Amino acid sequence: MKRRDLIVWLLPALSGAVGIAIWYLVRAGTGLQSWILPTPAEVMGAAWAERATLLRAAGATALGALGGFLAASGAGLGIALALGWARWLRAGLYPWLLVLQMTPVIVLAPIIVLWAGPGLPGIITVTFLISFFPIVVNTTQGLLAAEANMADLFRLYGATRWQDLRLLRLPVAAPYFLAGLRIAATLAPIGAIFGEYLVGNAAGGSGGLGFLVYVYNTQIKIPALFATALISCLLGFVFVAAVAWLSWAVLHRWHDSYERHD
Amino acid sequence: MSDQPPIVQFRDVTKRFGDGPVVLNRLTLDVAPGEFVSVIGPSGCGKSTLLRLVAALSPVTAGALAVAGRPPAEAREGLAFVFQEATLLPWLTATENVELPLRLRGVGAAARRARAGELLGLVRLREAGPLYPRQLSGGMKMRVSIARALSREPRILLLDEPFAALDEMTRNHLNEELLGWRGKAPFTALFVTHSVAEAVFLSTRIVVLAARPGRIAGDVPVAFAGDRTARLRERPEYFEKVAEVSRVLHAAEAGAA
Repeated sequence: MKRRDLIVWLLPALSGAVGIAIWYLVRAGTGLQSWILPTPAEVMGAAWAERATLLRAAGATALGALGGFLAASGAGLGIALALGWARWLRAGLYPWLLVLQMTPVIVLAPIIVLWAGPGLPGIITVTFLISFFPIVVNTTQGLLAAEANMADLFRLYGATRWQDLRLLRLPVAAPYFLAGLRIAATLAPIGAIFGEYLVGNAAGGSGGLGFLVYVYNTQIKIPALFATALISCLLGFVFVAAVAWLSWAVLHRWHDSYERHD
Repeated sequence: MSDQPPIVQFRDVTKRFGDGPVVLNRLTLDVAPGEFVSVIGPSGCGKSTLLRLVAALSPVTAGALAVAGRPPAEAREGLAFVFQEATLLPWLTATENVELPLRLRGVGAAARRARAGELLGLVRLREAGPLYPRQLSGGMKMRVSIARALSREPRILLLDEPFAALDEMTRNHLNEELLGWRGKAPFTALFVTHSVAEAVFLSTRIVVLAARPGRIAGDVPVAFAGDRTARLRERPEYFEKVAEVSRVLHAAEAGAA
């Protein structure tokens, strides 16, 4: 095994094993009961016992997260294009975007339920609100990041505004947009779970992982709650991996971040 | 000097940015078609600004500037610009970078691909067409950048220290090749450099600027018998010319200090 593989695979496995050992030691040392601190084995047991419920819930959460994520990507790109297009639009709109971002979604939840309705539309709206901001900020920055000499070259060679956008500014912004997507991908499942927790329990029992948190908590099924956290984490990884793949597909041929140094 | 009307004509041109200091002060300079004029001078003497005025990337503050007999902004069609950095678009291949000016002009894909192929052949990079900029060396990038400029078939080529970031050997090779390309695609050149040796090797004339404010401190014609090949750098008249321009440059620096 090469030294690099050792670092990438073996070290995280080792630190994970140490973490689990400490977990067992704390449980044994404190004598806490399983409904307060279940062992990893009890968590895995709960995950297996509840597998049908967890998978169905994960599917529902993935749907809400994907809907919110796609809406945030589309709207985020659109808003960034508007902000990047003209300074007066930037000056006029940016402060209000900040206001929206600074308003805690939990405060907006009742309004969201009132407007978007409970269930999927409300969950998508919450996910959207949580994940669109990094896309807007990153992409706007990218649209303004073209090197001065490159912009001069386009000006000198008579590029139309559309050519300037399509052939210069959008490609320059692509890595920024994808970095925004990567942040949004970590936020979208959290947003969906949070949305389900806030508004999804009115959806008539079809709620996702966020609804399960509510249910397991009221039933004091703590190992199942840990199992829900584990599945949520895996769902997050799926989202991040999908965006990482998209980034690779778009950038690997030309972007310095994919340059190999071995 | 040619009898033809100047292709670039500065008349008492002054440039300052906002309320800042005067960058160029009452500059009067004629460039005849076919000349290779190098502009040399200490840092801050306005060499790059002079090129940017010709390219209409910045307006003159006072005086008159005509490019091909017209205001600079109306004469861009016949211009091309090569920057110190190659400024290649990293997401385009070498071929696509060379094609870019033609693409901006609306030339069809097949025609511009063919032209890019010819130009990459001219700069001895035909094989590098499918490569991305990050796969090219500094010298190769600059060749692609010059091929891109030549794709516009410019009447005037503006070069802003294009070889400054390259090692001396690559720089010398590219100097020789630039003269070769100019033989095949004639253009008037305005070439900004810090290197007296490079200026002497390339130019038919060297304009020396003094700094703060930028003004003309000397105008030295450069003529050598025979072709300018690498051997020119070994000839006594070459050394004499380098010494002569260096003296003018030192005087300009001393005067500005």
